[in-house]
Amino acid sequence: MTSEFAVEMRDVVKKFITPEGNEMAAVDHVTMQIKNGEFFSMLGSSGCGKTTSLRMVAGFEWPTEGEVYIEGKAMGHTPPFQRKVNTVFQNYALFQHLTVYQNLAFGLEMEGAKEDEIKKRVGRALEMVQLTGMDRRKPKQLSGGQQQRVALARALVKTPDVLLLDEPLGALDLKLRKEMQLELKALQQQLGITFIYVTHDQEEALTMSDRIAVMSKGKIQQLGTPVEIYERPTNKFVADFIGESNFLEGKIKSISQNEASVFVSSINAEVVGLPISKGLVKGEEVIVSIRPEKIHIAEKDAINQNMFRATVTNTVYIGVDTKVFVDVHGAKLKVWEQNRISRLDPKSFYTVGQEVWLMLLPENTIVLRKD
Amino acid sequence: MLQRLRESKSAQGTLLALPTTVWLFVLLIIPLILTLIVSFGRRSPDGNVIYTFTFENYTRLFGYSTNCANGQPSCFDPLYVNILGRSLSLAFNTTVLVISLAYPLAYFIARAHPKQRNMYLFMVLIPLWTNFVIRVYAWMMLLRKEGAINIIIGWIAHFLHIPFTPFEMLYTPGAVLVGMVYEFLPFMILPIYTSLEKIDLSLYEAAADLGANAIKTFLRVTLPLSMPGVVAGTILVFIPVMGTFIVSDILGGRQVILVGNLIQRQFLDARDPTFGSAASLILMVMTLIVTYFYTRKFGFGEEIVVA
Repeated sequence: MTSEFAVEMRDVVKKFITPEGNEMAAVDHVTMQIKNGEFFSMLGSSGCGKTTSLRMVAGFEWPTEGEVYIEGKAMGHTPPFQRKVNTVFQNYALFQHLTVYQNLAFGLEMEGAKEDEIKKRVGRALEMVQLTGMDRRKPKQLSGGQQQRVALARALVKTPDVLLLDEPLGALDLKLRKEMQLELKALQQQLGITFIYVTHDQEEALTMSDRIAVMSKGKIQQLGTPVEIYERPTNKFVADFIGESNFLEGKIKSISQNEASVFVSSINAEVVGLPISKGLVKGEEVIVSIRPEKIHIAEKDAINQNMFRATVTNTVYIGVDTKVFVDVHGAKLKVWEQNRISRLDPKSFYTVGQEVWLMLLPENTIVLRKD
Repeated sequence: MLQRLRESKSAQGTLLALPTTVWLFVLLIIPLILTLIVSFGRRSPDGNVIYTFTFENYTRLFGYSTNCANGQPSCFDPLYVNILGRSLSLAFNTTVLVISLAYPLAYFIARAHPKQRNMYLFMVLIPLWTNFVIRVYAWMMLLRKEGAINIIIGWIAHFLHIPFTPFEMLYTPGAVLVGMVYEFLPFMILPIYTSLEKIDLSLYEAAADLGANAIKTFLRVTLPLSMPGVVAGTILVFIPVMGTFIVSDILGGRQVILVGNLIQRQFLDARDPTFGSAASLILMVMTLIVTYFYTRKFGFGEEIVVA
């Protein structure tokens, strides 16, 4: 390993011509550095540029501007078959006319590996994905989960420096997907290979990744660890896209070194002691963001600070949580209460119209710049 | 009755297959049996069939002759064996040529922009709007001594001051081959196109990703996956070419006689239905044997039909 970074994208732009003849930047000045041995995810909804970015690393697309580096080497127009990366495709892209064994051997034959070596490596790869004994089957004779494993083994058998995964679990059912998430993560740690993982499923990204790049409209919105991204989103898009958030519009009333008070007009009250990000100034219009599960409901006013009187407008029981919808002076907020006690007793439920107190903890409340 | 039909899948199947079964029985199985019976008969002097059981027609077809030059009672006459051999080799050559012309074109269409594909396919089909016989006659106009091709080459030769005597192209095996290739090309293009078009583009990417360059990708992925189309096309081309007589009649004249012409002449000119029947059955058996071994090796192209 010659470079600190397995993959690096420097100011990469990829433009496409739309059917209407307009130019559109699918990837818009993206810069990121992916460390060796890292599980790195690109997360975003469809059309955010995550798959195009991955395809530029694989070599299926070439950047319009900027450069992709693999192990410190500029890739330029290097074709995919000369890159030391391998891809697990979204639809698996298995060769239907070949057996499982032949699918795995394909890449090794292209390298010119000897037959006994191919046999050994294919055997090991099949063992790794728990498909030993399936080598003579055709892909069509396997279940979706097994096909997914074949696709994974076919890429891993080449011992790439970087494995690219394009929504590899998208076609599996929820339970299998969750199993595979943990398995993939374990495999990645065991092999020490860099994984670049593209997904639109935030839970998947949070579960597996060392770092996540949240993307939208061809740009990276935020790049950080799962905890950073969830707990400290840097803009409204990320706060809204990852998990759920309540957004309240306000204005900074006073500001000190690392704390701010914000007057929130919609609830006609001041929220104090909030941690702030750099560059915000007094009088600036801001958005106060708070996760629904981080709002506490109290029966009565226990503390004076950051407590607001609210009316319950609806409750929804969903097993793990109860979703409580409240109204604070006309502002609608959602509050998730974990069902740590059985809700069989109707008295443990909030009733519609009930008056409650909401408590916002400053450390859970984020002040974001208004876009 | 209706209730039973609603519940029973096999009854539904029988009902659906019934019209075709009746059709095939009346118009294929019965005539085939009649042909078989006639082929063992003998021609009466006035051109009628005498129903006996003799292999004469078959032995004659394979070269047994009693009409010998130097007074021998029997000898080998290669006339009909040659015709069978010529038909077989022409069908083979036509098929190979058609594949080598159709594959690149089908590949080009399959890789074209989806909007343009339909236009290209439409262009492939346009010649089929004209009657088969008329298309063959058109080739006669092109190939004959005073035809378009000779005229154009003549002009060029005149312009370049090269002496030129028109080519004798019509009534040659080459003319028949050109005509056959032209007539049957669309029947190869369409199935190959269908199988190429079905190949998921991500498979090409997967091959490249695993280290295959363009040539290896073609040989290891594209070609095997498009084989069903090639097989289906081969069946659609080889079998009719074996039996057709119009192309060789018009473009081959008396020079290029195929089994098809032989059969036609036995029924219409020589008025010997017994020999014609025997030749028909031998043609069928030959075609079946070739098709059998071919499909045993490559399958029926059923993936095309099913999907």
